[in-house]
Amino acid sequence: MKKMRKVAIYGKGGIGKSTTTQNTVAGLATMGKKVMVVGCDPKADSTRLLLGGLAQKSVLDTLREEGEDVELDDIRKPGYGDTWCVESGGPEPGVGCAGRGIITSINMLENLGAYEESEALDYAFYDVLGDVVCGGFAMPIRDGKAEEIYIVVSGEMMAMYAANNICKGIMKYAQSGGVRLGGLICNSRNVDNEKEMIEELAKKIGTQMIYFVPRDNDVQRAEINRKTVIEWNPEVPQADAYRGLAKAIDDNEMFVIPKPLEIEELEQLLLDFGLMEVA
Amino acid sequence: MLLRHTPTEVTERKALMINPAKTCQPIGAMYAALGIHGCLPHSHGSQGCCSYHRSTLTRHYKEPVPAATSSFTEGASVFGGQANLLQAIENIFTVYEPEVIAVHTTCLSETIGDDLKQIAHKAERDGKIPEGKYVIGAPTPSYVGSHVTGFSNMVKSMAQLATPGTPKNGKVNIIPGWVEPSDMKEIKRLASMMDIKITLFPDTSGVLDAPLTGEYKMFPEGGVTIKELKDAGGATGTLALGEWCSADAARWLDSKCKVPCTVLDMPFGLTATDRFVDVLRTVAGVSVPDSIANERGQLVDLISDMHQYFYGKKVAIFGDPDQLISMCEFLRSIDMIPVHVITGTPGKAFEKRIKEITADMPGEVNVKAKGDIFQLHQWIKNEPVDLLIGNTYGKYVARDEDIPFLRWGFPILDRQGHQYFPTAGYKGGLRLLESILNLLLDRKDRDDPEETFELVL
Repeated sequence: MKKMRKVAIYGKGGIGKSTTTQNTVAGLATMGKKVMVVGCDPKADSTRLLLGGLAQKSVLDTLREEGEDVELDDIRKPGYGDTWCVESGGPEPGVGCAGRGIITSINMLENLGAYEESEALDYAFYDVLGDVVCGGFAMPIRDGKAEEIYIVVSGEMMAMYAANNICKGIMKYAQSGGVRLGGLICNSRNVDNEKEMIEELAKKIGTQMIYFVPRDNDVQRAEINRKTVIEWNPEVPQADAYRGLAKAIDDNEMFVIPKPLEIEELEQLLLDFGLMEVA
Repeated sequence: MLLRHTPTEVTERKALMINPAKTCQPIGAMYAALGIHGCLPHSHGSQGCCSYHRSTLTRHYKEPVPAATSSFTEGASVFGGQANLLQAIENIFTVYEPEVIAVHTTCLSETIGDDLKQIAHKAERDGKIPEGKYVIGAPTPSYVGSHVTGFSNMVKSMAQLATPGTPKNGKVNIIPGWVEPSDMKEIKRLASMMDIKITLFPDTSGVLDAPLTGEYKMFPEGGVTIKELKDAGGATGTLALGEWCSADAARWLDSKCKVPCTVLDMPFGLTATDRFVDVLRTVAGVSVPDSIANERGQLVDLISDMHQYFYGKKVAIFGDPDQLISMCEFLRSIDMIPVHVITGTPGKAFEKRIKEITADMPGEVNVKAKGDIFQLHQWIKNEPVDLLIGNTYGKYVARDEDIPFLRWGFPILDRQGHQYFPTAGYKGGLRLLESILNLLLDRKDRDDPEETFELVL
């Protein structure tokens, strides 16, 4: 049997990680892959499109209400295309420790055997909140957890800054473990020279821009219907884009330890490509 | 009446523990680590954790317990403890020269998400770990499980030193679980009587029962060596004594090193020791010598001679799951009645097992995992007992309710002997019976009216 691939998706808050992850997972599912999505965001909205709504009780809610004797089927729900959906969940804003929540729920999934060979998974996807802000949010990239990481980014400065920051986190764990950067996913914001700029950023970090996802309101239309684009309307061009991204990830063989940029370098990149547009 | 506020009426409690029957994970990890030869335990957290864990072990074993700490400050809890641990590893190998540093985490370092594996790798890459020396680590957040969980986690990381693919060496691994140094010695004695070569880990005999010689040795003679641990992957089989304490390590050896494991109850009492001897004999392919059969016969003899005093006596008992399972079985085998059973360690399987063991009792057992001594006390008020068995924290209940009290378990802070005299094996069974008998007969002599006060019992 082929080894399960464990993938973590990082990126700046609001960049479209959850949307991109779910649409890509839908693409993988239509390719016949068995995928589990683990949402690592206290908002617990990483599986909404696959489940057709926020239908799921999170791991931590289950733990709080039912104590430590939790079973696997209490915390995972079947979603679109025979996927498994898990939401780690966490405290409401302003209290508790969301990072610890992620550590707890990933440990629990492992103990319950969610990753066992008998589950016959091709992929496990971790959809991780915003930036690598504390030790807990780095849990999915610890040794033996996710092995490949994709960073969702756009041509906006803050998104690129966050991507670069995440690379620092990956570098720390990559030096002692097996985790590698698989590439940048450009989720377009229609910034000038966006594709070229992200390609250049990827090159400088030592990786690739694995896919350029164009901006299309069909994504929002599908979201209003609580569906991934592929489920909502498989014929639209955006569905092709996500299928393309799914295939690119499935075929990807470029896994590197990233070389994060100095902040001046990053500013310069922005300047170069921003000015090019003026010229 | 120190506990005079304990009400007889039992009401449901959800959010409150009173007088817990468990303690912190790191205490278990620290105790296990001391069972490695030349090991310095290291607490990755604030200094207070380390002090508490050391002092609890010292109060129980009456031996110095060396351990280092990452000495977290406000800064470390914000920026992560990596820098502290790296510095500690360098200092410890330079100053104290242990063979191995066994790091365990604390609530704080777990919550901020420090990854021991990653930090140990970094220490290795940075050349902070001298050639031939080791850093092992176990996660031990006290808000999960109990001291037993911490012990088990550290024993598992000891097992992970074993090298898969080691050539078969004909030895048998025995993982004794959290028992006294004296019990570990007794297990080794039984194995040597059968002429079986074993690797016992952890092994705190010779460490926490060391003699006073006038010369302080930071690393006493005892403990399993790193070499023995590395060779554990080439053993014929592993006997894990106690599901809670030892099974994880044994199962790791089974799946990663293909060393078949058998999980047994701890060898306390007649039948649990029988099973231990029988499985050990089978795994090693030897027969049981007469000398062991003789010891067994003596235990059976004492049971039958004194059966009238054991028969029908009610017992309340608290402690750790593996010990309680074997002890309840032993009590049943001498016709005593363990009516109230409590452990502070979580695990529904515990309640199920105790119910099975006590199924033939008149009346149903009161049993609870994740329970506390307050609850046990309430049960005793509702159904009085003839004997209380547990660690030193039971003395308040014993005094208030005027019950004979056998100190057995961890920690024992106010009596001696547990480090030196085993309660495991057949010999240990004799000692347990002697202790129980003395308590019951002293009470009888105290309470009997003059006309039934007997010279001969």
